[in-house]
Amino acid sequence: MDNTTQTVTRSARGRGGAPDTGAPPSARAQRRGPRKARSSQWAAWAFLAPVTIYLAVFYAYPLYKNLDLSLRDYTVMSFVHGGAPFAGFGNYRTVLHDPTFSPALLHTIVFTGACLLFQYGIGLALAVFFHQHFRLSATMRALFLVPWLLPLIVSASTWSWMLNSDSGVVNYGLHLLGIAPVDWLTSPHWSLISVIIANIWIGIPFNLVLLYSGLQAIPQGLHEAAALDGASAWQRFRRITFPLLRPVSAITLLLGLVYTLKVFDIIWIMTKGGPVDSSTTFATWSYRLGFGNLLPAFGPGAAVGNLLVVIALVFGLVYIRTQRRQAAA
Amino acid sequence: MTRPRAGARGRAKTAVGLLLTAVMLFPVYWMLNESLTRDQDMRKSPPSFFPLHGTLEGYRAVIDQQLPYLLSSLLVGLGTVALTLALSAPAGYALAKLRPRGAGALSFVLLVAQMIPGIIMAMGFYAVFLRAGMLNTLAGLVIADSTIAVPFGVLVFTAFMAGIPDELMQAAKTDGAGSLRTFWSIVLPLSRNAIVTVSLFTFLWAWSDFVFASTLDSGGTRQPITLGIYHYIGNNNQQWNAILATAVVASVPATVLLIVAQRYVAAGVTTGAVKD
Repeated sequence: MDNTTQTVTRSARGRGGAPDTGAPPSARAQRRGPRKARSSQWAAWAFLAPVTIYLAVFYAYPLYKNLDLSLRDYTVMSFVHGGAPFAGFGNYRTVLHDPTFSPALLHTIVFTGACLLFQYGIGLALAVFFHQHFRLSATMRALFLVPWLLPLIVSASTWSWMLNSDSGVVNYGLHLLGIAPVDWLTSPHWSLISVIIANIWIGIPFNLVLLYSGLQAIPQGLHEAAALDGASAWQRFRRITFPLLRPVSAITLLLGLVYTLKVFDIIWIMTKGGPVDSSTTFATWSYRLGFGNLLPAFGPGAAVGNLLVVIALVFGLVYIRTQRRQAAA
Repeated sequence: MTRPRAGARGRAKTAVGLLLTAVMLFPVYWMLNESLTRDQDMRKSPPSFFPLHGTLEGYRAVIDQQLPYLLSSLLVGLGTVALTLALSAPAGYALAKLRPRGAGALSFVLLVAQMIPGIIMAMGFYAVFLRAGMLNTLAGLVIADSTIAVPFGVLVFTAFMAGIPDELMQAAKTDGAGSLRTFWSIVLPLSRNAIVTVSLFTFLWAWSDFVFASTLDSGGTRQPITLGIYHYIGNNNQQWNAILATAVVASVPATVLLIVAQRYVAAGVTTGAVKD
């Protein structure tokens, strides 16, 4: 069997009549004419078929379903048996006029902005620090990954317990400093800050790893030259490291933005978006509408979700454009 | 003259580094410490910073109550790994080596797919699974969890397989191997690192998933460990020692991953975010 295919390909090549110029075989293969090219296209798409079908059935279809949900007036009955009336943008109107809308929007912006700022700032400082290569620095860098690898429910429960009003270790620490206990998770003033703190902790490793790999790409010689010219450490950071790190910073922040917008687990597990919506974002609001109540409101829930998709995709496209442009440069 | 100074400086930096690491990992230590603390000591002030009167009661509760959850998570994790590898390895091969028309469009779709929030996918899956009778099944959970990993998998395989020299594949072709044969006996064995990276992350993500579990499997008879912990918290019995013991056990895969496969982890984090 092997022998026959071998002969067939050999003779096919012979009949192709391409002058033997001693070119490498790949160059010869490309000149072999449309029939061969078409068959290699078939092979390529045969390998891609599973993932393409998968994308259509398990990405596109659920997303289409989600869109459909948001455009119809569903009840539990019609959800199970079908036949929900078309409602156009009714659900979107409901959501826009809901008293939860503006706080949810504000919290989403504050949560995303604060998390990005601190994750990036702390991540960058740590990356610069660990870039100095002292003893154990590689081991410590690996240990810094732990928060990012833990299941979110683990991090969220641990933080919930640490921030417990009566017996949490954080309030005990404040007590040692002479500060009155804070109702981290049960007071509407603090709940958003609490989930932001927990999420910053989780996001630092991601920023650290990306920025550290960016630092490694900066030629060491530049620093040495600047140091010889008498530039202080801070000047070297300001004038060399930070500007040269800009492409990596852009990627890190954009990717962080897309990831942070969709944070749901942490907030839901720690505060369920409460008390009284004080830590509700679009992601938790959407979940609560669809799944958090005894009487699900799938239509408005899907509408909120789709607004979130649009926001995420806008920044996602900016990210892809930035990455493409960097790859081309 | 500079040498001893550099040494002292290096030691100072190591000390600062250790301090920073300790601060960063304090929550993890606290979880461990409190999981070993007796129930009656959980709320005492000042809290004990070392489990001097340690107890394994919390872990006994894990063994008594959480084993089925852990088993479900294991099954879902392994199933998701199998599905993800089966879909993404061939796709990576095609995108890296076979130059299909429309490759750019497909890669673009995969990148975009990665950015869709899980909660939106969950709502769509809920509607689809309800009709298909797949709600509250582990198979449904495997499919949903794989959507987190497949785009990443294709990305990793494409990047890795693009680095395999074309000459190897050409040699196989000359020896009469078809694309399938080349893929199976040459490309796949060479892609061990990519397989390990994708499998590790996929397992970890499936193991950690809460969004899909809580929406698609909330009424199931077999539920993953994330729901086991969530029920614990929700039950209001406030058995924090048992909750945190379960959390420790649920962190085992992440810890093993970090110890066994450190270099794959950093590689996985940077893949797709920064070109190399």
